[in-house]
Amino acid sequence: MSEVKPKRIAAAKQMKQVMADHFLGIDAASRDPKRKVAWCTSVGPAELLQGFGFEVYYPENHAAILGATRQATDYIPHANAVGYSPDICSYLTADVGAFLKGHTPLTQAYGIEAVPKPDVLVYNTNQCRDVQDWFMWYARHWDVPCLGIQTHRNIGPVADDHVTSIAAQLERLAGELEAIAGPLDPDRFRESVRLSRVCSELWEKVLRTGTAQPAALTFFDGTIHMGPAVVLRGTQVAVDYYTALLAELEQRVSEGVAAVEGERHRLYWEGMPVWGKLRPLSQQFLELNTCVVASTYCNSWVFNQLDPDDPYRSMARAYTELFIVRNDTVKEDYIAAMCDDYHVDGVVYHDAKTCPNNSNNRYGMPQRLSERLDLPHLVINGDLNDLRCYSEEQARTSIEAFVEQLDQAD
Amino acid sequence: MGLYAGIDVGSGYTKAVLLDEAGAVVGRGLTHSGADFAGAAERARDEALAEAGAELGQITACVSTGYGRTNVAFATSNRTEIDCHARGAFHHFPRAITVVDIGGQDNKVIRVDDRGRRINFNMNRKCAAGTGSFLEEIAFWLKIPLEEFSGLADRSTDPDVSLGSYCTVFAKTEILARIREGVKAEDLARAAIESVAKRVLETQIITGTVVLTGGVVAHVPRIRQILAKVLDTTVEVPPEPQHTGALGAALAARNLANS
Repeated sequence: MSEVKPKRIAAAKQMKQVMADHFLGIDAASRDPKRKVAWCTSVGPAELLQGFGFEVYYPENHAAILGATRQATDYIPHANAVGYSPDICSYLTADVGAFLKGHTPLTQAYGIEAVPKPDVLVYNTNQCRDVQDWFMWYARHWDVPCLGIQTHRNIGPVADDHVTSIAAQLERLAGELEAIAGPLDPDRFRESVRLSRVCSELWEKVLRTGTAQPAALTFFDGTIHMGPAVVLRGTQVAVDYYTALLAELEQRVSEGVAAVEGERHRLYWEGMPVWGKLRPLSQQFLELNTCVVASTYCNSWVFNQLDPDDPYRSMARAYTELFIVRNDTVKEDYIAAMCDDYHVDGVVYHDAKTCPNNSNNRYGMPQRLSERLDLPHLVINGDLNDLRCYSEEQARTSIEAFVEQLDQAD
Repeated sequence: MGLYAGIDVGSGYTKAVLLDEAGAVVGRGLTHSGADFAGAAERARDEALAEAGAELGQITACVSTGYGRTNVAFATSNRTEIDCHARGAFHHFPRAITVVDIGGQDNKVIRVDDRGRRINFNMNRKCAAGTGSFLEEIAFWLKIPLEEFSGLADRSTDPDVSLGSYCTVFAKTEILARIREGVKAEDLARAAIESVAKRVLETQIITGTVVLTGGVVAHVPRIRQILAKVLDTTVEVPPEPQHTGALGAALAARNLANS
């Protein structure tokens, strides 16, 4: 039987160029003594850093590239050997392990010799505590400052005091950054917030083409095309890219073009991608005529609260209304609304061994939501980057059996 | 007369079942899977044909299942072992049941409604805990052939002996320590089976009748009583429990041919 081919997204070519320009630009900045480089966590205060004129580099994106190119598992043991446990974030261990061995996938992709040396590392613990430990490792290595925002966690309704305290941390951070990069350019800061907001709105519209029946894109497409939303938000380049991508996908919707030919079932993905297995997983769902139409993960870069007229407070609100820092009641309401909106037939939870913050299956949520929504669920054991924690055969069989179960229910 | 074949290529053994047009089992095959899944499937099928006194050409449809299900070139179609164990178990117990399949490399808990449709399923995590491999390892360390393991456990006299760890490596270390302390092999064998049964308890809430299938109950029948005690419920075992998946596959083949 010939392999069913995934539908190509034409804008992917543009995205490759955009990402190449991004990495080459940072590489050039890191070698220019007049320019400053900041490392930032994926949902860190990128807009503020841009307001100071920093070139912003995102180690989580670098770690995901290590995962997607199936190199992460080779480097994790080197970080384990210097005391970073195999049980902690495999983004951290893959990234630090690769650095210890003098390796970066950017060499093969773009001819870049090494990751850019930072002038400052800036984190927001909204993703996890591990990002702080991760950045501190590099801060010690290079003897550069490591600054950060300490998030609130298990937040129910977001209250003014949550926002006020994060906004205060952001303003304090701005003072610390000024000592490194000189004064903030307030116009540039507001413009960055504005562009982030536009990028975010476009990205959300891109993802919402998954609500079409049949869906115009899959979760797996989303994990690839989210790159600019993560590393280029706050720039016109990202806005231009998502304008083009959205036009292509809206065309698909208007013509009834399916991302998964013969779409029979629609699923929601909760949790991290298994970066090293995106292709085989995408292919399996394709062959099962099943489309993973939406995910929490890809929607984690939608920040519609950003407001250029109130940059600090709106950033604080955007980074506090984030799914990952909310309590289970809010998370369950969110997933329930998404399942309804995207008309899904079931939910797949990825229990990522080294990422407890993004594994929402561990405290009874799948059972509660299945009962509440009358939707079946499946839990896959795996990991974002450490493929030693992933059994391909078991995952394949579980997914196939889950789709058989959905077939029986039809 | 047309025949329907089910081939279950498991990690340890490959099983075959042949059904006649009325749905009666007329042939069975059982062979080590080894490294050549395709060859094992042919051997199991040929063994079943020999028992049935039938020719290859009489097979009108064949469904393969198990880890090696995609390696069976002569199969008409394939289904997961989760589907096939559910079908096979429901064939013998046509009511709402929970199927517990404990095989060489994994265990599965499958809830089936009173119409034979699956409601949900769980598999063990990527670990030998709760599988036949765990018992094989323990038998090896106790220097007991696996076929004698169940009989040995039957002679256990101290119900308080238990294994604290379900990790196969840690359990082996624990067993060596217990042997040094003078704990009897009979009690350790029973404790090891109980450890496997307790892993089933963790997978989901289990109520009502449990149907126990797979290679472990075929080779270690003592697990039936131990599982019933651990789960505090009735545990049924179908005829030839190791062949339940192959039977389910043969039933699927029959459906396929008649659809």
